[in-house]
Amino acid sequence: MMRYLLPLFAFMVLAAFLLVGLSLNPRQVPSPLIDKPAPTFQLSQLHEPEKVMSSSENLGKVWMLNVWASWCVACRDEHPLLVQLAKSGIVPIYGLNYKDERSTAMQWLKRFGDPYTISIVDPDGKVGIDYGVYGVPETYVIDKQGIIRHKQIGPVTVDALEKTIIPLIKELQQKT
Amino acid sequence: MSHRLTDVMWLFSLIVLLLLFPINGFAKEAVPVAEDPEIEKRMLALTMDLRCLVCQNEPISDSRAEFSNDIRREIRAQIKENKTDEEIIQFLVDRYGDFILYNPPIKPTTLFLWFGPAALFLIAIGALVFYLKRRRTQIEEVVLSQEQVEQAEALLSEEKKDKNV
Repeated sequence: MMRYLLPLFAFMVLAAFLLVGLSLNPRQVPSPLIDKPAPTFQLSQLHEPEKVMSSSENLGKVWMLNVWASWCVACRDEHPLLVQLAKSGIVPIYGLNYKDERSTAMQWLKRFGDPYTISIVDPDGKVGIDYGVYGVPETYVIDKQGIIRHKQIGPVTVDALEKTIIPLIKELQQKT
Repeated sequence: MSHRLTDVMWLFSLIVLLLLFPINGFAKEAVPVAEDPEIEKRMLALTMDLRCLVCQNEPISDSRAEFSNDIRREIRAQIKENKTDEEIIQFLVDRYGDFILYNPPIKPTTLFLWFGPAALFLIAIGALVFYLKRRRTQIEEVVLSQEQVEQAEALLSEEKKDKNV
């Protein structure tokens, strides 16, 4: 009996590895920045270029940083959700306009709605590199201490919002 | 007649002019290669072992993706700032994780990656040796009786005779 069971068992282990491997998404590269302090930045604002926003201004509150661009097609998919989330007032969303033209970015926001408390611009992607951005859109949840708690790679979905992001934000907001 | 000739001339010069017009001028301008070949050499050596996260089976050195352009530019800038290769690699690993390295470091989470295949191979060899040894003991030596030996020899010699005929 053993001589039949053993190969079967070995096969099942290999098949399990294959199954897990196939269900993983290679595009979802786990970020080493989770549970690390969010990189600091001082960036010019989108609507008022002469004003600078510093990331340290957000210490003490839970906030979301959404990296987007007008040339990014997937950003359009998630955008209505962000507008809705901003309206709900659960969490302030800050927009990082990534490697974009100021004028097209502003037109884009006018057309699709502007969910951002403040929009900042990263024209050459320098801050993007600091945050490990490699595929827009990406969204970070940052806690009161300025620690990155979650990174959503690719568009925010209803599922991700309801199951992960909003519960996490509520939990973080309750902490001091 | 001469009127027609000037027409042809005009057309001809127009075509020549159109041909001379640089069509490439419409294409996006090439990313300028760094002036310093020394920096370029170091940058290339570094990016050959780095994964482009957008086109994952391509090293950054070969990739034309926007992401790779940015990383190359960043590395050039850091080389100019006299950062060491280790510092630059650490900078990228801090931001993008070990996944950006084609040669991930040996640590608990990558042990299986590094030694898994060798371990599987050793297990397979061990199983084979075990199986072969067990099989040898299972095959019993058959001892022929005197009668059987004679019978076998008789059969063999018969066969020889048949062939001779």
